Amino acid sequence: MFKLYDVELSSRLLLGTARYPSPSIMAEAVRAAGAAVVTVSLRREAGGERAGQGFWSLVRSLGVRVLPNTAGCHTVKEAVTTAHMARELFETAWIKLEVIGEDDTLQPDVIGLLEAARVLVQEGFQVLPYCTEDLVVADRLLSAGCGVLMPWGAPIGSGRGLNNPFGLRALRAHFPQVPLIVDAGIGTPSHAAAAMELGFDGVLINTAVAQARQPAAMARAFAQAVEAGRAAYLAGPIPARDLAVPSTPLIGKAFLG
Amino acid sequence: MRIVLNGAWREVAGNSADAAGAVSGNAAATLDGADTLDFAAGATLQALLCELGFGVTVATAVNGEFVPQGARARRVVREGDRIEVLSPMQGG
Repeated sequence: MFKLYDVELSSRLLLGTARYPSPSIMAEAVRAAGAAVVTVSLRREAGGERAGQGFWSLVRSLGVRVLPNTAGCHTVKEAVTTAHMARELFETAWIKLEVIGEDDTLQPDVIGLLEAARVLVQEGFQVLPYCTEDLVVADRLLSAGCGVLMPWGAPIGSGRGLNNPFGLRALRAHFPQVPLIVDAGIGTPSHAAAAMELGFDGVLINTAVAQARQPAAMARAFAQAVEAGRAAYLAGPIPARDLAVPSTPLIGKAFLG
Repeated sequence: MRIVLNGAWREVAGNSADAAGAVSGNAAATLDGADTLDFAAGATLQALLCELGFGVTVATAVNGEFVPQGARARRVVREGDRIEVLSPMQGG
């Protein structure tokens, strides 16, 4: 059973709503993915435009839970204020907390992240921090009251997959009871399957689906990969080895030389 | 009076003869390409949002601090205020 903050979810594939060719293609992709959670954001809008209202109506019609983010925030104050605005608008205590520390990689500022997480947990938020695979930071975020961690696979939108499988495996091993979601950097369904095979509880995908030639078809492929990866994890993959081990028994082999 | 609305300067022409809390007139002249609002002295954030045609699906902050929906009618707009009005948007 997949739960985030005591909410049972029908899918381990979380989907972003940005960068699709059109709102209708985004909606089609969400349905094809079978996603139970989609991420959303907040942006400036001119009075009278009402584009945001149209987007929000469309998302609500999909019947999914929303996870607002604090994307683009570089300081604790920005992130905290954005979280408050998101809570009011989207009527949820969930917040995907992003505090960006470096513009080329969009790497999280883990020091600011921890500070913002502490503030928001105190203010009643259920924080899902976008973090790295750093074990010490992860431990501090959990101590601050985060109930879920969202480590990156690779820089946002890069499509590189899992840059540090060793670090992600260590994170999984250290925190076996904590819901862990690989967020960012996944490019193909095989990357998502690899994350799930490592024992991650879910993956969050945006660009890899939204920018695919056929977003809905790619969303479906990701859904299958996430299911396959999870099933493989539960089935217990064999450890990798450096040397060969014959799969065909040698006992009883004829001597024909 | 000048304010910064969503990152752009706006000249807000205060009119002390108007009743406090009300906004009179529509966007009029321009200053540096931005609209000038004929805006009553003592008008509130709520009145400003109405004047600019924002719907209900917005969240607000002034000078970096969140202003909940229920507090907008009490928050008087002041000289130099940096006002952010945000709407739901696509996100990853």
